[in-house]
Amino acid sequence: MTTPTHHNPHKGVWSWLTTTDHKRIGLLYGVSALVFFLIGGSEALLIRLQLAAPDGTILSADAYNQMFTMHATTMVFLVIMPAAAAFTNYFLPILIGARDVAFPRLNALSYWIYIFGGLFLTISFFVGGAPDGGWFGYAPLSTQVTEIVRMDYWALGVQILGLASLLSAINFITTIFTMRAPGMTMMRMPVFAWMALVVAFLLLFSLPMIAVGLFEVFLDRNLGTLFFNAAAGGTPLLWQHLFWLFGHPEVYILILPAMGIVSEVLPVFSRKPLFGRSFVIFSGIAIGFMGFGVWAHHMFVAGLGPVAEATFALTTMFIAVPTGVKIFNWIGTIWGGSLRMKTPMLFSLGFIAMFVIGGLSGVTHSIVPADTQQTDTYYIVAHIHYVLFGGAVFGLFSGIYYWWPKVTGKLLSEGLGKLHFWVMFVGFNLAFAPMHILGLEGMPRRTYRYPKGLGFEFWNFISTVGAMTIAVSILVFLINAWRTRTHGEIAGNDPWDGRTLEWTISSPPPEHNFDVVPVVHSEDDFWHRKYTEDADGNAVAIPGGGAPLVAGPDDPPIHLPSPSFYPLLAAFGMFLVVLGLVYVPVGLILAGIGVVTVVWGFFGWSMEPLTREAH
Amino acid sequence: MAVSMDHTEHAGHPDMSNVRKVAMWAFLGSECLFFGTLISTFLLYHNTTGDGPTAKEIFSVPFTSVSSFVLLMSSLTMVLAHHAAGRKDWRRMRVWLLATAGLGLVFLSGQAYEFTSFVHEGLTVTTSPFGSAFFVLTGFHGGHVAIGVIMLLATTLMSFTGRLRDGEGMNVELVGLYWHFVDIVWIVIFTVVYLLQV
Amino acid sequence: MGQAIDRPHPTPRDYVLIAVILFAITAAEVGVTYVDALDSARAPLLLTMSAAKFVIVVGWYMHLRFDRPVYRNLFLIGLILTPILFGAVLLSFGLLIGN
Repeated sequence: MTTPTHHNPHKGVWSWLTTTDHKRIGLLYGVSALVFFLIGGSEALLIRLQLAAPDGTILSADAYNQMFTMHATTMVFLVIMPAAAAFTNYFLPILIGARDVAFPRLNALSYWIYIFGGLFLTISFFVGGAPDGGWFGYAPLSTQVTEIVRMDYWALGVQILGLASLLSAINFITTIFTMRAPGMTMMRMPVFAWMALVVAFLLLFSLPMIAVGLFEVFLDRNLGTLFFNAAAGGTPLLWQHLFWLFGHPEVYILILPAMGIVSEVLPVFSRKPLFGRSFVIFSGIAIGFMGFGVWAHHMFVAGLGPVAEATFALTTMFIAVPTGVKIFNWIGTIWGGSLRMKTPMLFSLGFIAMFVIGGLSGVTHSIVPADTQQTDTYYIVAHIHYVLFGGAVFGLFSGIYYWWPKVTGKLLSEGLGKLHFWVMFVGFNLAFAPMHILGLEGMPRRTYRYPKGLGFEFWNFISTVGAMTIAVSILVFLINAWRTRTHGEIAGNDPWDGRTLEWTISSPPPEHNFDVVPVVHSEDDFWHRKYTEDADGNAVAIPGGGAPLVAGPDDPPIHLPSPSFYPLLAAFGMFLVVLGLVYVPVGLILAGIGVVTVVWGFFGWSMEPLTREAH
Repeated sequence: MAVSMDHTEHAGHPDMSNVRKVAMWAFLGSECLFFGTLISTFLLYHNTTGDGPTAKEIFSVPFTSVSSFVLLMSSLTMVLAHHAAGRKDWRRMRVWLLATAGLGLVFLSGQAYEFTSFVHEGLTVTTSPFGSAFFVLTGFHGGHVAIGVIMLLATTLMSFTGRLRDGEGMNVELVGLYWHFVDIVWIVIFTVVYLLQV
Repeated sequence: MGQAIDRPHPTPRDYVLIAVILFAITAAEVGVTYVDALDSARAPLLLTMSAAKFVIVVGWYMHLRFDRPVYRNLFLIGLILTPILFGAVLLSFGLLIGN
């Protein structure tokens, strides 16, 4: 009953372009994020080479501005968010016992908009220069009307990337609310699924605010509106509010998926249930809500007045509490466990250690007078890299090593994996720990060179060495990944002795995920199918407990989403629209063609049949 | 989180009407913040009129009241279309859908007239932050109405192909939710942007 | 708690009645702007009436009173978050307090 009979949608480029399978879309997200990771990483290396010694000459000031803007924009919108989307797409439906997401074609549309958005931002390098106003695009710098269209690329690119994320957010929320397997109550859901839900809510409610802000930037640039024009009575401070109203929830959008992954990995490799599971879930929800209430701590130097500054200083300190709760729960999970130091576990432990450092330096920003000193120095750069690289990226790599065997059917090499971890761990700390010192010594960020004799030379050099070391570790990872094609050990269904539903099915999973829709009886359901407890509380294996469920003749037929070309078409139309809008008024013709394409896409979409049967 | 305690569906065959309505309400929750941002921008700049006309000088309450009334009544025709669809009275449903689309078009024409007359009186998007905020807010609302009209017409057309009857494609209830939402946004705009400023 | 709330659904008669109420409130709103004596109470009066219209359309025309609570909750998060966030933003600009 496993293979579809109508036609074979499994082969060739066309099958990938038209896929609506959440697992394939997840893979597409993952591979694309990796490609952009290499691009964004190269930008970072150029920045570090420029700063390796005083009076660097590798980049001009102009090129340097483009590099730091695109490095941040790429890493945030084209790497970490889509990498998290890759895991969410691939594993969310499986973790909750569903056959797909609620809207498979909408899911494909999100991916194609993302890839065209990434392409759109990246081609700007070849048509007169990439965006150079910072990833935060502060007005009035971003709204200066000139012949140069760089920030138009930024405003429109981020806009459609936001649309892609908004559509996925709606899709994931709906999937979690309506597609869970029987018995999979909300509180039995794996923590990763919970964090995906919180992220989806954060996206849902924060993206519309930046969308309006980006429209206002675009209109100020192209239609002569005066939203951020101080000379006419507008206020650039409004942009700062709109950006950070989105920008701070965005920080949690980036980190929560990694926290979800770590919360899956630690119990498996400690052979213990997650300590204080409901606390981890509720602190995730609390972070989600409180994440909306701290945005102005990014604006302490803007002069908000003592009341606002005191308020946001307090909320910022409070948000450390649920984060701290999670840290203690993770430590409690490891405590007394029978630990297996496999690569996913190493990355998760690295995540905790690095995130604690980044979290603590973050709390120092809540003290307004201290923050005033830290703002726009390398101290901030150190902080964000400890939370987003030491945190999010380490967590995501933990997920890659953890789920790689499920996705590919083969295990990554442990030796190379551990080498990757340790080289990256050392390189990361060499690269970013010195930035704390540089920042406190007063080295300003976003400055393309520094003169001799200010005491910045040594730590900058160390930092560049660290960046190179990180690059080496990524190379080790790529070799490891490539090697599994021929040398990878066959994983089997359940290589880690896992606890959740994805380990009940084959590796890689069949297109329809489950032969039989699983019925869930407890949290960590698969573990309880495999093990029972003796009188002393020790786990005792149940013979045959891990065997996969087999469909009987009475099981209902499986409906799978049909492949569709229209999501790609509609997304391409949107690409033409934004490309045309950069070059108004002439580009309006192209934008018009784009609109027609979008309409064509949606029309075809609404007219095609929805599902096919898989057996 | 009370939202999340929803009943678990059979994973193989979830109730598609429920699935779509969850998605639509999530989207509308998101739209609250979209229009909230635009309205707040307007409130920030409602007195920043520079050398241009002020709200008091330019708004015509009687004219806008009639527009508001038209849009309010389109919500009545919309809900009647939904009711007819629920009883599978396709003929009546089409009549009410077209009536809704018609009222939407009347509203849009009113907006076009209003914009034109404001421009003649010297208020454009480039006159003052007030002008920028006003036109962009009401323009985005008008854009939402226009998309709604297109969806209403598409739904009417599709009702002839029998797709609506199978419960596939866009269904009247979802279009209705969107349409009513656009109406309630206007309820807020009418009060906050027009009546409170004159 | 997932199922629709069991209240009698409105009939077309009810819908028309609701439209009449909405019309009456709108007329009262416009009326208030023309009565100078009410100037000081204008803002609270208008906002209350506007909110009433909002609730009526959402509750009856959009069926939120009769539907699953999950829909109401999804919408409410956005609806409550908006004034809180932008109340704070406008306050920080010195609006809403005098000015």
